[in-house]
Formats: sequence, C-alpha cells, structure tokens
Amino acid sequence: MKSIADLEKIRNKTLSQVNLRRESDGTRIVVGMATCGIAAGARPVMNAFVEEVGKRNLLDVVVAQTGCIGMCRYEPIVDVIKPGQDKVTYVKVTPEMVARIVAEHVVNGQPVVEYTIGAAE
Amino acid sequence: MELFRSTILICGGTGCTSSGSGKLLARFETLLAEKGLEKEIKLVRTGCFGLCAAGPVVIVYPEGAFYSHVKVEDVDEIVNEHLVKGRIVTRLLYDGSKEEGKNEIKPLDEIGFYEKQKRVVLRNCGVIDPENIDEYIAFDGYKALAKVLTEMSREDVVQTILDSGLRGRGGGGFPTGLKWKFAMGSTGKKYVACNADEGDPGAFMDRSVLEGDPHCVIEAMAIAAYAIGADEGYVYVRAEYPIAVKRLEIAIEQAREYGLLGENIFGTGFNFDMHIRLGAGAFVCGEETALMNSIEGQRGEPRPRPPFPAVKGLFGKPTILNNVETYANIAQIINKGSEWFKSMGTEKSTGTKVFALGGKIVNSGLVEIPMGTTLREIIYDIGGGCPGGKAFKAVQTGGPSGGCLPASMLDTPIDYDNLIAAGSMMGSGGMIVMDEDNCMVDIARFFLDFTVDESCGKCTPCRVGTRRMLDILNRICEGKGEDGDIERLEELAANIKATALCGLGQTAPNPVLSTIKQFRSEYEAHIYEKRCPAGVCKKLLQYVIDADKCKGCTLCSRVCPAGAISGTVKNPHVIDQAKCLKCGACMEKCKFGAISRK
Repeated sequence: MKSIADLEKIRNKTLSQVNLRRESDGTRIVVGMATCGIAAGARPVMNAFVEEVGKRNLLDVVVAQTGCIGMCRYEPIVDVIKPGQDKVTYVKVTPEMVARIVAEHVVNGQPVVEYTIGAAE
Repeated sequence: MELFRSTILICGGTGCTSSGSGKLLARFETLLAEKGLEKEIKLVRTGCFGLCAAGPVVIVYPEGAFYSHVKVEDVDEIVNEHLVKGRIVTRLLYDGSKEEGKNEIKPLDEIGFYEKQKRVVLRNCGVIDPENIDEYIAFDGYKALAKVLTEMSREDVVQTILDSGLRGRGGGGFPTGLKWKFAMGSTGKKYVACNADEGDPGAFMDRSVLEGDPHCVIEAMAIAAYAIGADEGYVYVRAEYPIAVKRLEIAIEQAREYGLLGENIFGTGFNFDMHIRLGAGAFVCGEETALMNSIEGQRGEPRPRPPFPAVKGLFGKPTILNNVETYANIAQIINKGSEWFKSMGTEKSTGTKVFALGGKIVNSGLVEIPMGTTLREIIYDIGGGCPGGKAFKAVQTGGPSGGCLPASMLDTPIDYDNLIAAGSMMGSGGMIVMDEDNCMVDIARFFLDFTVDESCGKCTPCRVGTRRMLDILNRICEGKGEDGDIERLEELAANIKATALCGLGQTAPNPVLSTIKQFRSEYEAHIYEKRCPAGVCKKLLQYVIDADKCKGCTLCSRVCPAGAISGTVKNPHVIDQAKCLKCGACMEKCKFGAISRK
C-alpha cells in the first residue's frame, strides 16, 4: 500500500461484504423463503437480487429473507420496503424480473406496477 | 466481487470459545458446504459481543437474530430453518431480544443489555472478523493514521488528544495528551508501548479488545509514535491470553504486508514497526516501570519515579506507555474530533469506560457505558441485578487496588474522581458484584491474599506489611480476632500506603480500608461475637441438629463425608463439632429442615 487511494480501494472492495452488519435505514428487499417460496424458485430470485444490488453498489439496500406469509400460490413473493413509503409486494417473481425491479423501483422510486400483487389479482 | 445474502457471526472471544463456539463454527462450515450455501452465506468468527453469560452467542444478519446458549445440536436447526427456509428459530433467541407478545425480534441496540451502552472502544468487537484486516479497513480502519500522516502536524495530533480530555484507562486516569506532550519534547530515539498485562482478578476488557479488534491498537500506536517521534513499539501482553496474542500476531503481520507498519508508511517517510513481549504472569508487571524492566529482559521489579518513563523509559529512552483501552479510543478521536469525544461522559472524565461485569450478577460480561452512568444503571438495567432475587450488598471496583461500595452509593455517577471520593477507584475496569451471601471480611482477605502473592518483594512495606495485615485478617476469619485488630489494620494500612515503592503496594490496603469503612459491623461481629453474618467463614460456623425436628432417618449420617454425625434409627442425631468439615451436605439432604447453620 502506497497511498490513501489504495486504502480507499480496499475499503470499498470489502464494504459490500460487511454491509449487512452495518446500521442502515435504507431500502429493504424481503424475499419469501419458506418451503413454498423455495419450491416456487425463491432461491435464484434471492441470489439475483443480491447480485444486482452488489453490481450497482447500493450500499444502503438490504436483501433479507422471511417466512411464509400465507399466499403460497403467488410465490416467489418479494416485498420492497422504502423508508417512509408503503410496502410494495411483487408476486411470482423470476430472476429475469429482478433487474427491472431494482432499476425502476429500488433506484428510481417507481414501482413496477405490472409485477405487483394488485395487477395479479 | 463476492456477495452474500446472510452473514453468520460466531463469537470467538475467550468466554464463548471456552463454552464451545469453536465446535459450532466447524459444524456450520460442514453444513453450509453440504447444502451448497457457502457462496451465499458468510461465516465470520468475531470478538466478544459482551454478553458472555448467554454464550456461546451466534448472530445472523440481515435479520439480526441473536441466538444464545447455542449447542452443536442446534446448528442443524438454524441452518435448515433459518438459513434455508427463512424461519427464525425463536426457541434459541436470547430472551431479551424478543418483542413481548410478538414473534418479532428487537434490533440489537434495543435489547436491555445494550440499550444503555455506548460502544466506542468495543464498536468493532463482535462485528468484524479480527483476523481480516480488510474488514477493519471497511469500518474506517487506518483512516485516522492516513489523516494524521498526511494532514496533521505532530503538534496538532497531541493537541487533539489533549483537547479530547482522554484519561488513561488503565486506572490511574492521567491525561493521555499530557503524557504524549512530555515525550514529544525530547529528541533522539523514543518508544511507544502498550500495557496489555491485565492482571486484576475479574477484569478482561483489554483481552476482549485485542481479541475482537487488534488493528485498532496497532493503528493507535502508530499514531502515538508519529506524535511523539518514535519509530518502534512494544506490546506487553500476558501469556495467559493465547487467543489475544495469536490475533495480535496475525494483525501485525497483515499490517506489515499492507505497508501499514514498516518503512515509508503511506509514502510519507514515516517509519514504525512493533513487537510483542509476553508477560509471565506477574501482577506487578502491570506497573509501568516494572513492565519496562520486564520488556528489557530484567526482573519485573518497579523502579523509583522520577525519572518518569516519558523522560527515561524503555532502554533508558523516552517512552510513552498507554493501556489497550486508551489506545482503542485514539483513532476515533482523530476521525471524529475531540468535540465529539467530549460530548460523551462528564466534564472531567470524558468518553466511555468498559467494565468487566462479574460476580453475583445475571448478565456477566463486558459493558461499555458513557462516564457518568450510575452504578445502579450498570448493575440493574444492564447487568440484570443479582441472580435468584438475592439482595445486593456491595460492588467492588478497581480490583486489588480498589474498594467496595455499598448499596447506599449505588446512585454515584461513575467517573475517576467520584470513585476515588467514594473510597474506591476506577482501576482497569473490573466490577465484581456481591450479594448478601458474601462476607466482606473474607472479600478483603481474598484481595489481600492476591497482593501478598503478587508482591515482588523489593520494598519492605509491601513485602512484610501486607503479609502482617493478611495474618490479622486470617485470624479474624478463624474466630481468633482480638480487640484492637481493626485499629492495627488501619495503622499498618496507613504506613504501607505512605511508604511502598510502587502503585501495587500503595494501593494494596485499599480493599481492607474500604470494607472497614463501609462494613465495620461485620468486622466487629467476627471479632467480638465470633460470628460470620453472611455464613461464609467456616471456622465461625456451626451446623446443629434440632432434636425436636429430627426423625432419626439416618440420611444425614450417611451423607456426612467426615463421619461426624452419630445417632440410632428413629432417635435424634448429633453432630460432633470437632469432626465437622462444615460442608453443608447434611443440611442439603435433610428432608425435615432439622439442621440449621449458625
């Protein structure tokens, strides 16, 4: 290490790995990972979210998992909770839908209406 | 870049390691590999979380689920339920972390134990992997060193520490900035040293910092070296702390690899490197001049002061010696400024203090509070009070150099000056809680016994004087106390305090003096009534059988290991006091409540 820039480089590289442990009040993306969710393919969806959030270096976004909320037929279900706003529930999420949810909703604040539970019902 | 959806933190401090956290780590590793989750879930062995009473502790993020008393068998359930299916294993959650009546978990900082704490020194303990320098850097590590070397003059650094009001956390409470200023003035070769020879019975905060966040000490020593103009450092750490030593060794090696120790650090021309010296377990080596003798390879005996180490220290060169916890504050003061530091604590004692909470307390462990917090808040709100609903009697602070404070002083705000005014001292931060079952004469005897053992023998007041005091205390506890013993103890104590060579001897009588001051009636009960009110001093106890209640079942005579109980079936039994060992086994076994202790 020769300079402060080198230190900063290591800091940024590691930050994404320790980010889960830092206090944050940013957006939470919660994936239903109960038996029903996993059977419907929640695991690849979860991993896609983790990857997409990492790719964009969104350090205040947390991807968490949760249990079954009872609407198993809509799994995989993903809630996006932005501070100060109502939670938005996406249903039958596939890994292909992830990039759009992150880009339009998480980053730009525009929920992808056609993927939400309201549109499905 | 590796990314993880979950992080499992397993406590790798000494407390949790001895309760089996190493096995948990191995089981998690196996299971995560079996399930192919090792790329999704990160496993980290951290330093101490502080709640040692609930160990081994496992925390799973992002949920922040705080699992306590985890056994190897529980690991399968955590992996299958929590990590695979996202269902938190509520059965294993730490009681204080559950929202009452709901199935939700509270954030860590809202748990009773943590709520009143302010984690500055311990901010990384239980959060980062102490064996990974990158994680320390991610939490702003080495930023202060970079700032100091590139933006600040040596005078600026010393002034910032002076302004912060930081005082030595080893117990003396000497202003750290002043110490640095003295050493800065001289020229030529100088040293910085770190005192990690934590010897007080019941104190383990320095160990936890070294185990949980070793880089913060290295960074602070480098900053101190820059400030005073030194290029070499020594950490003197007890050999009894193998985990701390190992992690410090790893940390120093990693810092060297990154060029954060060595020559031309950050390309500024500043050189600094450091070594570890292991202490062989002598308490007196925690005294600064004895410590320096020991580092030099000589007998661990104190030298007369002056000259003070800042003038003539290690190898005859100007040296600053600070405690681990003192160093752990430095980088954050540089990063956040002296005003930030002063905003915590009281006017004359700024910042926070770490205490090792032990003895008769529910949440034994490590706590960090802003100075000025009251003893009551620490013992009841954070510590959870005495177990089994027993009455609180006293709290001992300052270890063998400190004193006992009774219940009437519970509302004393803790800072250096208040504790001294109350007849105790801050010390390094051991805090031992005692309840109604503790005998204060016995406690004084315990601490004095410790100092008699640990006296190096160089000066007479300490070598002979403390021994004579212990003789008197032993006599009192054995029921052979005489009128005038209390006064004799006080006279000896005053002489030892006035004439001993170093801090060990000068403070050794404190536990006796403070217990005489606060609990004189207990001494008097021992001496004049030959009675131990708490029922601890065995020679003053008698177990007797109430002939009216005894049914002659013979159970007591069968459990007595000394054969001291005689009697025939269906007739009252009798205890032979000459043979009785006072073990209490008979009283435990008696079904009729016929045996009592007097």
